[in-house]
Order: sequence, then structure tokens, then C-alpha cells
Amino acid sequence: MADQAQFADQAMPLMGSLYSAALRMTRNPADAEDLVQETYLRAYRGFPNFEEGTNLKAWLYRILTNTFINTYRAKQRRPDETELDEGENLFLYRRLGGLEAATAGRSAEDELMDWFTDGQVKQAVESLPENFRLPVLLADVEGFSYKEIAEILEVPIGTVMSRLHRGRKALQKQLYEFATQRGLASPGDEDSPVGHHPPRTVSSDDESATLPDDDKGPKRTESSAGTETLTPAPVAGT
Amino acid sequence: MAHHLDDHHHGKCEEALQNLYSYIDGELTDDRRGLIKRHLDDCNPCFEAFDFEAELRIVISHRCREEVPDSLRQRIAEQLAELDKLCEPLSSHPGEGAADSSSASSEHASSGER
Repeated sequence: MADQAQFADQAMPLMGSLYSAALRMTRNPADAEDLVQETYLRAYRGFPNFEEGTNLKAWLYRILTNTFINTYRAKQRRPDETELDEGENLFLYRRLGGLEAATAGRSAEDELMDWFTDGQVKQAVESLPENFRLPVLLADVEGFSYKEIAEILEVPIGTVMSRLHRGRKALQKQLYEFATQRGLASPGDEDSPVGHHPPRTVSSDDESATLPDDDKGPKRTESSAGTETLTPAPVAGT
Repeated sequence: MAHHLDDHHHGKCEEALQNLYSYIDGELTDDRRGLIKRHLDDCNPCFEAFDFEAELRIVISHRCREEVPDSLRQRIAEQLAELDKLCEPLSSHPGEGAADSSSASSEHASSGER
């Protein structure tokens, strides 16, 4: 049989991300702990069927998601499958994008980290209807590819993309509400989006922004012509 | 040189925006990614918008990290150790060499589902 003795070595280091996802799914620590525990037991039993060399993290997430849907969602009378509308592109950027350059020498990431607390970001994610929350979690927090998410959730890739896009826009709306509550933006801004660009002039001086050095995110690199370019984030978990 | 939106830029900005998430998620074909990347090199407003979205994503990811409670980690480790013990008598069945059982195991694994 497949080497179950290896299971702990390979699967235990992934517990942090599974627990984080479980908390966003169940929205309470006791259920999240039970869900993670059940996932590890099921995964251990199923490990002989795990195809070595394939993505263990995606496999564990599939078990986590199935366990969540079968166990916890069954408790709810009606699954939380509210529909979300198409939403507006760049919702948050159109309203807050101009603020990020307010403090010279700070990156957008630093500013964004200051704008939203842990609790607010978690609450915003948890506010999403479940069928949108799961794709957002899997893509934005765990970095799975569309194809992996489609396999984990057992839905077509087109559905993943549509739910992901709508979910992200709804998430931005929720974050914007937190920002207005903190006085970062005035509620009136919502009625008059400023179009493509944030409310500031763009000049050549803008190159002074501090660049993200996190290797997960897109980063600017110096090209031979001396201009900065943006490259997409590598997809984690592949 | 300052970037500005004229009619020539506008269609390309729309196209870039439509591909924003696929670009950030690394899901575009090389050709398409190249097209968008060239536009972002030329159009600072679009670059700033893409950069904002990408950084927001990083912030969301960082903010959603949780520490696993020690008690949970310990409980699961104990349960797995317990299950390992239960399995031991099977794998050390008399007459089965270690080499034999490991080759059998990889065969089984590769013929598993998916």
C-alpha cells in the first residue's frame, strides 16, 4: 500500500493553510478545528489512492471542500448560494487608488495593509456567499490556478472564472464600506466614480512608488529600455 | 513623458481591463500576456490600476493567514501516529521483503483514481 508513514511528513506542513481556509469556510474556530481534523483523517485513509507526483495540496483542499460541503453545509437548511451581479471593474481603485500615493516612499501594499485590519479583510471574505467565497479563497489566498480550482470544487472552469470575478468585486465593495466607516473615503464617492483613473494626475514622477518585493505578487522589473514592467504572479501550488 | 488617454489608447485600455484578472492570475496565453504587458509598459494609468489590484490581492492573502492552535496540531499528530501503529502489523507481514512491498505500493498509487 502507499506509504502512509510518509503522509504526516508531507501533509502536516500544509495544516496552516488548510486551517486558514477552514476558518473562512465555517466562520468559527470550533467547527474549523473539527473540519481540519476530519480532513486529515479522511486524507490519511485515502492516501493510498493519492497519485504520487501530483499536487498534494490541491488533493487535500478537495477533501477539505468536500468535507465542508457534506458535513457543515448539510447542517444549513438552505445553502448560501446567493447570486451576485456582474459588479464594477476596479471598484476600490476608482475610489481609493488616489490615496495610495499620499505618503511618499510607501508602496501601495503598505498603504493597503494600513487601510484594512486583519479582522476587516477576514470579515469581508466571510461576507461573500459561499459559492463565491470558495473560489476567492482558493485563488487569492491559496494561489491555485483556475484549473485546480475547477477540480477542487468540481465545477467548469468558466464557472470558476465568473464566480471569482464577481466574488472579488463584491469583496472590494465590502472593503470600501469599511474604508468609508473609517473615514478614508466619503460615502458620496460611490455615486460618482471617477472613471478609469484615480483622482490624481499621473506624471513621470510617479515612478517613485516603492515596489513590492514579495515574490508572490506581480512586480516591476527593469527592462533593457529602462522602463518598468509588471509581470503576473506565479501560481502557487503547481 | 506624461501618459494620457487619447482615442488610440482607449480601446487598448478597455481590452487590458477585460483581461485584468486573467493577467494577474497568470492565466493568459503567452501571446495575450505579451499584448497586455506591452500596453502596460506604455500606459501608466493602466499599470497603476493593475498594480493596485495585484497588491490588494497580496494584502488579502496576508491578512487571511491563521496560526494553527497547538492543541489541534498535537491532536492530529497523535491520531495519525495512532493510525500508523495500527497499520504496522500489515506492512511487516512475514514473507514480504521491504523492496517488494515498496514497488507494490508505487504501482498501487499510480493506478489510483485521477
